[in-house]
Amino acid sequence: MDKTEELYLASEWKLMWWRFKKNKLAVIGMVILGILYVLGIFCEFFSPYDPNRIFARYVYAPPQKIHFFHEGKFIGPFVYGYKMERDPETFRRIYKEDKTKIYKIKLFVHGDKYKLWNTWESDVHFFGVEEGTIFLFGTDRLGRDVFSRILYGARISTTIGLVGVFLSMVLGIIIGGISGYYGGKIDNFIQRTIEFLISIPTIPLWMALAAALPRYWSQIKVYFAITVILSLIGWTGLARVVRSKFLSLKDEDFVVAARLAGASEWRIIFKHMLPSLTSHLIASATLSIPGMILGETGLSFLGLGLRPPAISWGVLLQEAQNIRTVALYPWLLIPGLFVIITVLCFNFVGDGLRDAADPYKT
Amino acid sequence: MLAYIAKRVLYAIPLLFVISIVSFIIIELPPGDYLTTYVMTLRQSGETIDQAALEVLKKRYGLDKPVIVRYFYWIGNIITKGDFGYSFMWEKPVSDLLNQRVWWTILISVLSTAFAWVFGFLIGVYSGTHQYSIGDYVFTVLGYIGLATPNFLLALILLWFMFVTTGVSLGGLFSPEYAGAPWSWAKFVDLLKHIWIPVVVLGTGSMAGLIRVLRANLLDEINKPYVVAARARGVPERELVWKYPLRVAVIPFASTAGWALPQIVSGAVVTGIVLNLPTVGTLLLDALTSQDMYLAGSLVLILSVFTIIGTLISDILLAWLDPRIRFE
Repeated sequence: MDKTEELYLASEWKLMWWRFKKNKLAVIGMVILGILYVLGIFCEFFSPYDPNRIFARYVYAPPQKIHFFHEGKFIGPFVYGYKMERDPETFRRIYKEDKTKIYKIKLFVHGDKYKLWNTWESDVHFFGVEEGTIFLFGTDRLGRDVFSRILYGARISTTIGLVGVFLSMVLGIIIGGISGYYGGKIDNFIQRTIEFLISIPTIPLWMALAAALPRYWSQIKVYFAITVILSLIGWTGLARVVRSKFLSLKDEDFVVAARLAGASEWRIIFKHMLPSLTSHLIASATLSIPGMILGETGLSFLGLGLRPPAISWGVLLQEAQNIRTVALYPWLLIPGLFVIITVLCFNFVGDGLRDAADPYKT
Repeated sequence: MLAYIAKRVLYAIPLLFVISIVSFIIIELPPGDYLTTYVMTLRQSGETIDQAALEVLKKRYGLDKPVIVRYFYWIGNIITKGDFGYSFMWEKPVSDLLNQRVWWTILISVLSTAFAWVFGFLIGVYSGTHQYSIGDYVFTVLGYIGLATPNFLLALILLWFMFVTTGVSLGGLFSPEYAGAPWSWAKFVDLLKHIWIPVVVLGTGSMAGLIRVLRANLLDEINKPYVVAARARGVPERELVWKYPLRVAVIPFASTAGWALPQIVSGAVVTGIVLNLPTVGTLLLDALTSQDMYLAGSLVLILSVFTIIGTLISDILLAWLDPRIRFE
């Protein structure tokens, strides 16, 4: 087939994918997100240590740099060990690189035992060192490896957005659909309600709702409750998109034809109108995920969302709550960097999807 | 125009009423009330309290009456006497606690919103007129990063950055020397030195979105035939952009800008906690965790009212800018 033939025969999804691919930023974003999700899903395998393992000797240790050359010779990737000193004036621990201790980085090492997804037991980690320590992002207040904790945090922080957005989508489609399809008074009422919901400042509302969660609930319950809370406000954006699309689709010829042919309301909505929306819905949904991730991070940071021993990026950032800790141990802010990157990538992908879904944009 | 304003104001009143109900319901949501939390904290520290004393406390705080009665009691007091109730935790009337902090919150929110609008507008115009230039790319990237960074994280990073470069810790609104001192020019300068951090942190969050909106709409307008025709007729470039396309492009900008206020107010709450500002953030957090009902409810109410007034003002502004809206 030559190019024009391919273009003619391609399905709507294929066309969208081709347009999406042209947007370099969106593709990069998608790749990075893919990596983050894989790391999160298999976090037990990819992290070198158990995230709760305490290394009492290495409290607040700075990140170890990966080197390739030792004294001019190439010996493969390795890290130097720590040399501990006490500052004579403040009695703080100071960690320096000890060039005599070389720990080579190996792949598929045997390390802490874990259960992948709580079912399969193993102790093989993707990378690690056989003796000594490898703290790529340093350690925290209790001497726990920050890198491992960030990977475990990825699992929760990235998925909480997905569940929340799914709930928002359901609410948004139903309410926005009703509003757009029936129009008139119902539409007016729903629109006013949406305006009302948007005008409440979200964070105090979330704080109040999150504070209402009983302290004794298990982490899983809290997790789902948080997603419900986050999606209670998030659905408004999606509802608006669905409503405007329904309003414009309502008078399209194919809908009128279906109605004249005697199709029931349900059939018209689900079989004819909704499929036209799917691409826009996916774009809007993708753009709502960052809001959820930021919301969860903010709530957990304040201590109102997930709490230790649960691990999410927000919980990790709780350690970096004041200027003193941040000034002395800046590597504790690295989870924040992951939040920023994830949100950025979702924004890029969402923008790319939105541009690709709209066929009338040049 | 007047009719539109009157309509919006009239519409806002039932909205405020509904918000007060919602605020109160939210505060009542957690099982138990202030006294159960109080008893729990007492128990944790080893003390006990007997039933009789508990009953007396209950009566004193009015916690033995049903929810609806308590709500009307609270709302009635607010409207008629400006009395927001009594804070159990601080053992002071809520209005005393709120006074100073609410004004600081309002000041910071207003300044941040003005910052976001002004700079969002200027940078948006620049980006729109100099598409694909280096400046445009730089601002777009900065805008995206600003959008992605949580407020509190940006606050921490800025604090850390200022600390590392100047050795001064810029938390709070005043340096320790000026905190209790009476107002003077030096104190005002000190305030300026501190207040730029929360204003920048809060403003940049909304600014990014505003820049994108203005840029996109301006680009749409600038490529239209009437602009090309005007340029061909010899209208100077600057007048060309400012007099016509901008007027059209500024409308979606204004409607988006209106929603910047709720974002900023809610961002101010969290940022206030991190930066240790004398705003309502820390107060709200503590009130929520200890179920200090009247304090938390009043705070949520005040924040929502402030937001609604803000959006009302921006709606009126929008109607002034776009005559079509007045006739909707």
